[in-house]
Amino acid sequence: MRTWLTSLLVFSLCVAFAQAAELRPPAQVTAGTPFPIASNGTGEGTFYLIGPAQISKRKVNLGGEISVQGDEVEQAGMYTAILCADQCTSVHFYVRPAQTSRLSLLVHPSRVPVAASNAISAVAFVFDRFHNLVLTPQKVDFKVVPPGGAAISQSKTTANGTAWIRLTSARKGGPAKVGASIGDLAEMRVVQQVASDACNLRIKAVPGPKGIAVETEPVRDCSGNFVPDGTVVSFTKTDASGKTTVDAPIKRGVTQVEMAVSGPARISVASGVVNGNELSLGGAR
Amino acid sequence: MMKRVLPIVLAVATVVFIWIAWVQSGGIERHRMFSARSPEEAVRLLLTAAKSRNWDAAYSRLANAGEVEKAAFARDLGGSNGSLRTYATLENFNVWGLHADNQEATVRAKLHYSTAVGPLDDVRDIKVRNDGSGTWKVVWPTSKVPKLAPQVIPVNYLRWDVINRGAEDDWGVQNVDSPQVRIVSMNALQRPDRVVILGEIVNEDTVPAYVNVNAALLAPDGSPVAQETSFDKISHTLLPKQVSPYRIDFPGMKLQQIKSVRMDAKAMLVPATADPVIAVTQQRMETDALGKKVLRGELLNQSGQIVNIPHVVASYYDANGKVIWVSDGYLDQELLPQIPVAFAVDLPDDVAGKVQTYHVVVNYYQKNNS
Repeated sequence: MRTWLTSLLVFSLCVAFAQAAELRPPAQVTAGTPFPIASNGTGEGTFYLIGPAQISKRKVNLGGEISVQGDEVEQAGMYTAILCADQCTSVHFYVRPAQTSRLSLLVHPSRVPVAASNAISAVAFVFDRFHNLVLTPQKVDFKVVPPGGAAISQSKTTANGTAWIRLTSARKGGPAKVGASIGDLAEMRVVQQVASDACNLRIKAVPGPKGIAVETEPVRDCSGNFVPDGTVVSFTKTDASGKTTVDAPIKRGVTQVEMAVSGPARISVASGVVNGNELSLGGAR
Repeated sequence: MMKRVLPIVLAVATVVFIWIAWVQSGGIERHRMFSARSPEEAVRLLLTAAKSRNWDAAYSRLANAGEVEKAAFARDLGGSNGSLRTYATLENFNVWGLHADNQEATVRAKLHYSTAVGPLDDVRDIKVRNDGSGTWKVVWPTSKVPKLAPQVIPVNYLRWDVINRGAEDDWGVQNVDSPQVRIVSMNALQRPDRVVILGEIVNEDTVPAYVNVNAALLAPDGSPVAQETSFDKISHTLLPKQVSPYRIDFPGMKLQQIKSVRMDAKAMLVPATADPVIAVTQQRMETDALGKKVLRGELLNQSGQIVNIPHVVASYYDANGKVIWVSDGYLDQELLPQIPVAFAVDLPDDVAGKVQTYHVVVNYYQKNNS
């Protein structure tokens, strides 16, 4: 019986000694903010802090507060603190993102045809100053300024640090500004709304110095926007000498080519997959 | 007596040895060739000199040297202005007679050049004349290269420059998107020795695109059997709304081995210029001197700059408007401003019968701007 009591006493002392190296972190820790971790026990121990992106190690005195510097907890996420003396003990705690201090705005695409339904997407990402995604819901104000039009605004609340909207491009071409803001933070992007495919492509022929000068009427899309200069228009002429094709770019809204014609000829025009009218020329030049 | 005999013997022996060496090195043959006793020999001799770029020797073989400038003759055979022929080597040639009488003959020569873009063949019908002493000499064509009158050609076509997002820019900063391109048609054909994937691709965007088309042949279990790219059978730089044919060859493959084809069009935003505009005129289907079906035409460089190496890519359509073949060819001659240059690209005989119409695009390489 005496032996049994002695064993129980020794075991209790061991348990008491082991509990001396206990760690107690704060309930809430914010990224980049220094904070203390309380410890029990006496003597010296080794403190380890393991985070999502870094590990630190140092000697500490047991029984006091172990101070953790702000630069040791810049990344939000789960951390593990370990204190080793005769035995090791560990504790987990979570570091939350700091206050919102950065807004990233992704707007896609950078060019979009006019009148394209839901073709523009704007996604806002909310970060703290350490590039941690701020997961608590935030209100993001989106603003779209079409060329020559009134601004349109819409608010969205972030979910998992992101908020997004989809937009239909305007019927009029030109640069549209797409912005997002949270408080004082604001980001702006520009989306070029460009003319769509040519619509009602028409050519006319007039006598030219080297034969027939074939010219398009001003090339516009179906919304009336001028198709950008540099867009290729293909002319095809078929006559007794064979077939002639010229791929010529639009210049100042129109395309003009000169073709020698022998006998009756047919001239057609196309731009991309869009066909235009066809001319039939009866005489020779 | 011996004092005199020994030098004489040595001298005679030296002469004999020199003569033997001359004979051994083909001297008799050269002498016989120099005299060019047949029309074929005359042409062969000229081309042998041209092969080693010995223009003086080649020029001395001409019957009409007075009518042909040596520089023009050298340009004709050796190329000029950074054209493909200036980078080509005459590997070998075949010569055979077409017609001959005592005074004149016509000899057909097929010249095989090797170039950086592959072999190049040039077939010429060459006239040869007997100078009366039994020696044949070549009558070189005297067609003069037309020259453009001095003038100023205003060029004010668009040029696109690209500024991309810098490496130091923050994440999320806007960049310029790659151009939107689309494969508008695709056709898989079984040829005797290969599977061919061909069709057309269009740049749907408002900016130039550098395009490449890749294809993967998939087995019934979905695994890729072979992968190839269009390589140079495409016009890589497409201006907005420009259409290019493409062709991808899979040598040694059979359509029966394949369940499907996975196509992938890659496009990059690149700086480009709308100049030069090259017209393709007088296109027509013909049969060439060797009996092959060819699409012939002329290229007309409408700009003021020399196009060093033109490349023609032609697509052929059947009665339903389906692309049934794509062929290409490099021109070994440069395109001078406003001067038409003839081209010909061949196509298989079995395809030629089905062709209803065709479309030609011109790719080009310039020394200072390709």
